[in-house]
Amino acid sequence: MSGGLLPRDRDPVGRTDRPIHLTVDGEPSTGIAGQSVAGILLAAGRTSWRTTRSGAPRGVFCGIGACFDCLLTVNDVPDVRACRRPAADGDEIRTQSREETA
Amino acid sequence: MTVVIVGAGPAGLAAAEHALRAGARVTVLDQADTPGGQYHRMLPVAYAARRPDRVQQGRAEFDRRRRILTHPRCQWLPGSTVWAFDRTEKRVHVLRGRSDGGGRRRLSLVPDALILATGAHDRTLPFPGWELPGVYTAGAAQALAKGERVAIGERVLVAGAGPFLLPVAESLLGVGAGVVAVLEANPFTTVRKGWSSQPWRLAAHAGKAGELARYAATLARHRVPYRPGRAVIEARGADGVREVVTAKVRADWSVVPGTERTYEVDAVCVGHGFTPQPELAVAAGCLLNEGFVRVDAAQRTTVDGVFAAGEITGIGGAVTAAAEGAVAGCAAAGGKPAPELIRARDRALAFAERLATAHPIGTAWRSWLREDTIVCRCEETTYGELTRATGDAVRPGPHALKLGTRAGLGPCQGRICGPTVSELCGGVERHHRPIAQPIRLGELAARAEGEPE
Repeated sequence: MSGGLLPRDRDPVGRTDRPIHLTVDGEPSTGIAGQSVAGILLAAGRTSWRTTRSGAPRGVFCGIGACFDCLLTVNDVPDVRACRRPAADGDEIRTQSREETA
Repeated sequence: MTVVIVGAGPAGLAAAEHALRAGARVTVLDQADTPGGQYHRMLPVAYAARRPDRVQQGRAEFDRRRRILTHPRCQWLPGSTVWAFDRTEKRVHVLRGRSDGGGRRRLSLVPDALILATGAHDRTLPFPGWELPGVYTAGAAQALAKGERVAIGERVLVAGAGPFLLPVAESLLGVGAGVVAVLEANPFTTVRKGWSSQPWRLAAHAGKAGELARYAATLARHRVPYRPGRAVIEARGADGVREVVTAKVRADWSVVPGTERTYEVDAVCVGHGFTPQPELAVAAGCLLNEGFVRVDAAQRTTVDGVFAAGEITGIGGAVTAAAEGAVAGCAAAGGKPAPELIRARDRALAFAERLATAHPIGTAWRSWLREDTIVCRCEETTYGELTRATGDAVRPGPHALKLGTRAGLGPCQGRICGPTVSELCGGVERHHRPIAQPIRLGELAARAEGEPE
């Protein structure tokens, strides 16, 4: 379980949330425009989406594009850093395993 | 005179301002879509936030600084990744477009002077279980909270070393996360001595004292304990972190037996200072000093026409980075930095030194490690494998160690484990990454703007 996105009505910054819709391994998921792919997955309660060589689960670690732990496939392009990629409406996200792409 | 600045954080923005003042034509590049870097992290434009100042420190000052990007002699290129630097042609190779996406546009620039202000990322020392989902760097927690309004957990422990843990805890509270405690590994005496020696030299950083007081008040209001002399030594859980083990540590960070305490959490964020990102400086041929880019009094690197400012020259925080950027910008544009700029920079450097004294990295952190503790997260190389390979007389040296254990050969190219491996096994971290950022083959094959066919 993760903490998730702070609800708009409790956020002092005064956001205007525009929902966007994407799929994660075929399942529909919703975020708001401007979020990173990682932010949407975390806000949906998902903390891992990649497996390493040994099969261990990984998600976000560094959050700023340095560690490459959060790699996933966006619209058939593999090895995209989820923390650096702003999500777009209609994105098809697929989780990755290292064995598959090695 | 043309100046290209890589990085639009505090150092890069100050460099742009002063290079423009000295009359240069300036191009500023940053990977992000918005300027500010990690320190002045902005909310996404699409959030259309009416009161962004509520979560952004020094927003007014930042707004003034970033207005420089609209100067008629300034070209601002957001969403731009510098993936290589060709030192013979002094050519900066850039990719523009969505992060890691295929089909980004390539362009290249050959400026009269180059200023590198590429910053740093969190350093997190390994401990058993640090590879579990739910364990984050302090910077990740901050980026998600401040940059997206996402909390990494409901019950979060913040731990590590350095003053950065405090704004991270504040940001987590601000997005509704519960912070169970903030643990500073250094003992209270070390922190106090570092901060309070020669108090007259703190005057230039009066703002910092106010900031610290505000963090203290926020933690107190939310009843979050701040515990110096304690560290996270293990994270546990099956497929994600469920609990963390903390312990009292001595000044050298060795564990005091019998002081272990377990916290139930759904996330933990850990930061032990920062690691510079000097790969472009290395590609340019600049000499490093203990991992940081070596610069002279005018922020000149050892390579003609290449300047450096901010965290890649030494960890000192945003004020120091901006002071260095100002000197670099002026000097790169062919100007002579005014004595006030030099003095401000030197005062800031003294402050950076103070930070380093107050929050050192204890040398006994390796006593937290076990045989099967992962050190290289990408290749899952363990501490045991590394120590065995280091003792191997047949294959000595860091290169053989890398090939033998694969530590540092994964997708992050040793960015995360590099400093740790060189500390554990000896040898100097080289930061040698000729392809500084990933580029796809299709993008590589495409012709770049600004290059001969």
